[in-house]
Amino acid sequence: MDTVKLVYPVEGDDLIGAGEASSQMKLVLKRMGFPTDVIRRASICMYEGEINMVIHADGGQAEVEVGVDNIVIRMVDQGPGIPDIEKAMQEGWSTANEEARDLGFGAGMGLPNMKKHSDEMTIDTVVGQGTTVTMVLRF
Amino acid sequence: MKHSAAIDYARCRGCTTCMKSCPAQAIRVRRGKATILDERCIDCGNCIKACPHKAIQAHGDSFDRLGDFRYTVALPDPVLYGQFQNLESPDRVLEALLKLGFDSVYEVAKGAGYISDYVQKHPEVVVEQERPVISSACPAVLRLIRTRFPDLLPHITTNILPMELAAILARREAVKKTGLKPEEIGVFAIVPCSAQVTAIRHPDDLQTPVIDGALSIRKVYVRLLGPMQKIKRPKRLSSASRAGQRWSYCSGEADARSTGERYLAVDGMDSVISILAAIEDGRVPDVDFVELSACTQGCVGGCLTAEDPFVAAMRLRNLIDAGPDPANDFDAEVGDPALLQADKELEFAPVYLLDEDRGVAMEKMAAIHELERQLPGLLCGSCGAPSCHAFAEDVVLGRADRSDCIFQVRARVQKETGADMDEYLPAPFRRQRPPEKKDT
Repeated sequence: MDTVKLVYPVEGDDLIGAGEASSQMKLVLKRMGFPTDVIRRASICMYEGEINMVIHADGGQAEVEVGVDNIVIRMVDQGPGIPDIEKAMQEGWSTANEEARDLGFGAGMGLPNMKKHSDEMTIDTVVGQGTTVTMVLRF
Repeated sequence: MKHSAAIDYARCRGCTTCMKSCPAQAIRVRRGKATILDERCIDCGNCIKACPHKAIQAHGDSFDRLGDFRYTVALPDPVLYGQFQNLESPDRVLEALLKLGFDSVYEVAKGAGYISDYVQKHPEVVVEQERPVISSACPAVLRLIRTRFPDLLPHITTNILPMELAAILARREAVKKTGLKPEEIGVFAIVPCSAQVTAIRHPDDLQTPVIDGALSIRKVYVRLLGPMQKIKRPKRLSSASRAGQRWSYCSGEADARSTGERYLAVDGMDSVISILAAIEDGRVPDVDFVELSACTQGCVGGCLTAEDPFVAAMRLRNLIDAGPDPANDFDAEVGDPALLQADKELEFAPVYLLDEDRGVAMEKMAAIHELERQLPGLLCGSCGAPSCHAFAEDVVLGRADRSDCIFQVRARVQKETGADMDEYLPAPFRRQRPPEKKDT
């Protein structure tokens, strides 16, 4: 078996519903017997990615490729793009709007957390067109 | 897992109601009858409550077993007191139990009272545990966690069940009083649910069972009504604290801890599953203690009770508030904290794992997803599985055949003969909508 592919749509404008994709992915990973800590890391990466897509990009799609010893999570959106990746990667930096902040989001920890819990993270972004954040977890 | 729910094939009509009510996806319908996938059943009792034909039962022991022992002790769950209208005190129930043939009674609520007392006075024991602490009181929830939330196992309290502590203390008392050997004493718990029946026969927390038999509240209730009426002024027999009696309904155990913790009390299997998922994801950081019951309103909602859970909970609250509150002082009256400790570790039971070999499990998962894509997503249950996903899984794991799905059959017939089977299918499954009737 090379990889198992999973695709989850992430609805825009639904902060409360964010996290559904990560919950579903977790169930699937559990049933295939992945180690607990790997599932936890993957779930955090996916959850933070979901929140980001809801807040900044009006939703998008989470694509997962599960391999025997690695998991690739791709968060794909057609949002506004990230003009300054370096700034976006700084802890505490956020461009989230008032509404998201009122709900307790927008602490500027999303991307840093995703990087911290994955072994490799790349951001492909075009301003005005969208962003793809790819995270690789190895074990 | 071991379970006590059993299907009465003479009554079962294969209606799929139980299958859809099962939170463990442990029921399938085959050849017109429901069957239980033993390894998945956690004995929550949902199917027993859901069955419209009363075809699923959990069998406790029969009263005849009392004859196997020289001296017998009844361990009534406090839920029993909530079954009766206008009960002035548990004393009347306890005395009537003696009239049924038990030599003595020991309240499960007293066991619970000791546990609550110990937890209150020794907060240091709780400090060592992972937060939030999850109660071990509901055996169905324990098995749910063992099968689906292994990460949460270290959160579960390590003390034994109140009925187990009650049984240990009751046996000691009886040995002291009678001079008989421990094995000559029969300790029978009167329980509200199938999960407790199983917990008595196959404890999750103890190497050796400490209770000799389980009688259902339903059965005992009917036998008690007559003797209870004949008692004029009941003797004072109850000695359980209010805290101990409160364990019988949802939030009672948490209230009884009174340690100033932030607690959650959740009842009903679906709600329990969602809160466990939330805790596992770290989405509930602001809670210290979690009390979970498989049944609505807690143990009063058990499948082996006689009364409506809400009514029983109300009666218990009134009874407890109006009654005395003896101290069940663990340190003074029992003393040995080792007695409270489980001697068996709760183990992960990977019943949902598709295969031991990860590569094989992945192949199976891919095949399940592939097949699921071809299924209609109706969750009609006609195939005998609770959902299209479960059906796809059954096919891949060899528990079912593709042709068990009528939509797969329709597709095949259409492909092979060109015939559209629409007119042979029941109305809800037809593709063509009938012409709308016009008002004339």
